[in-house]
Parts: sequence; structure tokens; C-alpha cells
Amino acid sequence: MPAMLVLLAFTHWPVIGTLWHSFQSTPKGGRPAVWVGMENYQVMLDDPVFWKALTNNLWFAGATIPLSIGLALTMALWVNERIAGRTFLRMAYFTPTVLPMIAVANIWLFFYTPQYGLLEQVGSALGFGSHNWLGSPSTALGAVTLVAVWKEAGFFMIFYLAALQSLNPSLREAAAIEGASRWYFFRRVQWPLLMPTTLFVLINCVINAFRMVDHLFVLTRGGPDNASTLLLYHLYEVGFSFWDTGYASALTMVIIVVLVGATLLQFFVLDRRVHYR
Amino acid sequence: MRRNTFVQTLAATALLSGLTGFAQAQAPVDLQFYYPVAVGGPIAKTIDGFAEGFMKENPGIKVTPIYAGTYQETIVKALTAHKSGTPPVTSVLLSTDMFTLIDEDAIVPFDNFAKTPEDKAWMASFYKAFMANSQTGGKTWGIPFQRSTVVMYWNKELFKEAGLDPNKAPTTWAELKDAATKLTKKDASGKTTQFGVQIPSSGFPYWLFQTLTTPNDAILANDAGTQVKFDDPKVIEALQFWVDLGKAGIHPPGVVEWGTTPKDFFEKKSAIIYTTTGNLTNIKANAKFDFGVGMIPGNKRKGSPTGGGNFYIFKKSTPAQQEAAFKFAKWVTQPERAAQWSMETGYVAVSQAAYDTPTLKKYGQDFPAALVARDQLPVSVAEFSTHENQRVTKALNDGLQAALTGTKTPTQAMQDAQKEADRILRSYK
Repeated sequence: MPAMLVLLAFTHWPVIGTLWHSFQSTPKGGRPAVWVGMENYQVMLDDPVFWKALTNNLWFAGATIPLSIGLALTMALWVNERIAGRTFLRMAYFTPTVLPMIAVANIWLFFYTPQYGLLEQVGSALGFGSHNWLGSPSTALGAVTLVAVWKEAGFFMIFYLAALQSLNPSLREAAAIEGASRWYFFRRVQWPLLMPTTLFVLINCVINAFRMVDHLFVLTRGGPDNASTLLLYHLYEVGFSFWDTGYASALTMVIIVVLVGATLLQFFVLDRRVHYR
Repeated sequence: MRRNTFVQTLAATALLSGLTGFAQAQAPVDLQFYYPVAVGGPIAKTIDGFAEGFMKENPGIKVTPIYAGTYQETIVKALTAHKSGTPPVTSVLLSTDMFTLIDEDAIVPFDNFAKTPEDKAWMASFYKAFMANSQTGGKTWGIPFQRSTVVMYWNKELFKEAGLDPNKAPTTWAELKDAATKLTKKDASGKTTQFGVQIPSSGFPYWLFQTLTTPNDAILANDAGTQVKFDDPKVIEALQFWVDLGKAGIHPPGVVEWGTTPKDFFEKKSAIIYTTTGNLTNIKANAKFDFGVGMIPGNKRKGSPTGGGNFYIFKKSTPAQQEAAFKFAKWVTQPERAAQWSMETGYVAVSQAAYDTPTLKKYGQDFPAALVARDQLPVSVAEFSTHENQRVTKALNDGLQAALTGTKTPTQAMQDAQKEADRILRSYK
């Protein structure tokens, strides 16, 4: 019951409040808010930056989700083996997760710097030309996506690692006796048994794809010319730079609908296809 | 049972807060003061020192300085607090936030509090260039405090290597282009290893753009903040000049990061950079070569935009608190303290009287670079600001970045920005 109260006060009530505000104009100085119906949503349809942010966000999600899950799984399988320096490797993979995003973004800012940045130095040693990664519209989104994947993968690796270690070792012995290849063992035994973990990671990953914008503040501020802006960043700008709370509420509703939709889809469709023991 | 306890606690809290409210009514005037930190240096320590000194001289007032983050974070906090009914009494916010704060009905003009001739003389003591961003409609809404301007830094060593006079900076666009061409170096594979000139364009490109539009004799917005002139041929010409520097290969391509620009300068990747006077202390400490500080090169005229923060007084505080805030702003901007503030931070001192103090005079003799900003002030213009400021600014920024990355021509970019700005400002006509 107390949990429900907290949920009501800090989750459900704000959502309803936001929905209400999204149908109202933005109060300014002497002018109070008035009911404007769907006008804020109409404005959204005509807002090119919104569409740009939405497409960018879909690309961002489309890239970060498979990449970070794939990378997390590979790293987990790798550090689950008995290899020298295993603890050190695990720690190294997990470090990005521990660092604050703003600090991480500042480090990456210097990786991406043209002329003397890390990428540039490696690139020029290999004979590639100079490139302004964050400053050109064609690569800015890719560059911020990479930072997100790098940041997330280590975190998801921990879940996979825990799941892998809870698998019964006799399964591996049985497979070895049967003469199954490693790939076969992974595909038919480990992967299905990891499905509950994958579902959990997937949900987190989808949420993160719409939630992670901290690095944009440091790296690109959505630029150049909105090439790397994401929905939540656009929402922040509208809400706290432009102070257009009515329109910001409408944008919030869009993000809520996207996230609730994704979660419902995962719970009701994917959940059925996952084996829990 | 549990609910009872809850209600009792509530009642007790209400009673208690009521009592404290009563107690406060007789205590000294509480002066909450938000300030941002935007440059390096011991800002917080200096501010705390100011607060203590002020309280010693004014025992009836209790100043509580609150560090509130960057400029953007500070205005978010201050406006949110204003909307919930409990704003700080005074805050240092960007001078360009003036129209936004007026639109939100959040601030009161300083004129109401200037009663004595001495008060009026104080309000007239600031540099005109700084007041341009602080006054509109015949009222003074902000008092200049931590103000800056854009200047040019050049690497004297690289000038010597390129066969240029290291003590003579380019003063016109033609000279700048000429020097930058000589200062650009390429390696055997044709890759540029050193750019002649670098004007950053991330985050707030409009501000740096003003270092080109002002010399080209164009003013981007009217004083009332209701109209912009992005599609003026002189503005387009200025943007064309910027884009052409990149096309000629003497300026880094694409959007140039503001944050790494001083570092590019230290690493000798750029021989001339445009950045704020606020970076002076940073560059003085980190450049391992002899450098010069100069005025922004002119074209049809000379000039650069001012920038930085002003004091504002919030409307929803008591008259006694507002009086106290006025007193505090006046106290802090007195010549000796403005001089101290300028030396410790690199900000421009806000009045001529401050530069006439013996301390700042001596500092200027030992380190003449600190005086360039002051000498540039007579030709400086207001930082771009309008109603719906951040939204109009974004339209301009997006257009500038589109032109610099080559996705639009300068003409197209400025016409689109003009159209967007006209749409945003339509209700202010």
C-alpha cells in the first residue's frame, strides 16, 4: 500500500497532470493557461525538429539495442571462460558503467577532436585523412551512438555474466560428452537459457535508448543543425530553454506512449516466448 | 492509527513552519542570491568573500549566495522557483535572458529603487556597451556584473615562423585572410596540420557570428527585441566570409567545438583563435609560447559583441528584500570590488571608474592583454537577444551550422532562419 501511494504520487499523478497540461497553452506572465485542445499536437506535426529528433532516436535505438546487447553477450561469454587476468578484464569492461556520463562525454570529446584527438591519431597513423566526427552532420549521430553503446555494454554484461554463472555446469559436461561444438552448445543450450536475462536487458536497453541524452549536452548539443538531436533532448530544450510547457507536455506524452507501447509489447508478446525454468 | 500519526505530523509541521515564519519576520532581511560559474578561477570563494564583507557593513541583511550550476542551470532553477512562488531575491543570469524574464513577469526594473542622486549616478556609471543588453523600453532591468566580450588570441611564435610580424595582429578581414593563408601548414600527404584561424561554432555560434556581422556593419536584432534581420545582405555576406575561410582550407571544416578551441590553440593546431576574454586567465596559464590578445578584425567598421551575466531582482520577493538586493548589487559593483573581480576572474570590469583604480591600473601595466577587452568596449554591441530568446537563437544557430557544414548555402540558411524567427516573433509585432 505505501508503495502504491508513492507510485501514485510520483508516477501516475504526474502522467495525468502532463496529459492535462498538453491540452493547454503555455501560461506566460499575465496570461494564464487556456484550453487549446489538440493544438500542441498540431504544432508537433508541423515541427521539423520533432521529426528529425524522432528519426534520429529511432536510428539511435536501432543501433544501440542490438550493438550493446551483442557486445554485452560476447564480453560475458569471453570473461566467463577461464583465462588469465579474468578479473582485470571484467573490471575493465565494467568501468564505463561506473563513470558518470558527463565525465565520459568529456573524455570522448577529446577522443573525437579533429587533428590531435585519439581517433585522429590512430587514423593518421593508418594513413586515413582528417575528419571532424562531431562537427559534420553525417557522422555526429553515429559518434554519439558509439559512446552510448560503449557506456551501456559493460552494464548489461554483468547481467549476462551472472546468468551464465548460474547455469548448471553439468550441462556443459553433458554437451562435451555428446561431442557438441561450442557454437552448437551456445545456440541450443546457453542462448535459450539466457532468454529471461535477454528480455530484461532488452527492456532496459529500449528505455535507455529514449532516456540517455546526458552526453549530448557535452558532445554536440544536438547539433550540427539538429543532426544528432534526440527526443528527450528536444523535450528539454522546449521545456527548459524555450519555457513552452504546453508543447513540452505534448512531447512528454509522445515519449510515454512510445515507452509504454514498447514495454507492453515486450511483456505480452515476447514474454510468452521466453522459457522460465 | 497510522493515518492519525500522519495527520498529527502534518499538523505539527504546519505549526512549526508557521512559527518559523513568524520568527523570520523579526530577523534580518534574508537575501537569497543565485549565481552561476561559467569560467575557471576561484569564483565561489570570491563571491562568499563579497557576501561576508557586505554583511559586515550591513548588519540588517543576511546574504545567502547559492551556487546554481551553469548559466542554463541557474535560469532553469530561478524560473522554476519563480513559477512555484519562491524565487531567489536576486540572481546573476545571462544579460540575454532579459526579455525572457520580462515575458515571464519574473523581474522588476532597478529604476524603482534608485532614489538618491548617488544611486542614479551609480546606474549611469557602467559602460554603454554593457547597458545595451540591460535596458529596454526606457527601463533598466539588469546591472552588469560578470561581463565578457569576444577577442582574438594569436600565437606569436607561429607568426614569426610564417614570416609575419609577431607584434602586429591582423586588423581587417583582408589582413586576417592573408595572415591565415600564410599560417596554414600542410604535411606531405596534403593534410592540414595547422590552421590559420579558428572561430568556434558549437553551442552558441550566434555569439561568435556577431564578431563577423558587427564588423560588417549589421545589427541582428532591434532594441525592443521584436524583430531580427538575418536575411540582410550584410549578414549573408558575413556568413559567406566565414564559410569561405573553411572552403579555402585555412579554417577547420564543419562545426568547430567551442570547448576544445583553447586546447587547439595550446597544441598549435590553430594560430589565431576567437574566444571570450573569460579564457584569458586559462590561456595565460597554459600556453607554452608567447601569445598576443587583440581586437576582432574589422571590415566596414570594428566591433564585437559583449556577453556574460547581469544582476536581476525578482518580483515575487518582499519590498524590503528587493531594497536589500539593490544595495547588494550596488555594493558589489563599486570600482574597487569590480577591479578585484576582474583580476581574479578575467571578466571585464564594468565601469571606467574600476579601470581608474590604482590596483587595476597597475595590473594593466604588468599585463596589457587584460586591457584589450576594455579598449574594444567603445565599439562593442549588445549580445543578440530577443523575446522568445532561446527559440529565436536556435533558429539562427541551426542556420549557421547548416551553412558551415555545407548543407545549405549562406543565403538559403539565413532566409530559412529569418522565416522561422518571423514565425516565432509574430505575436510581438
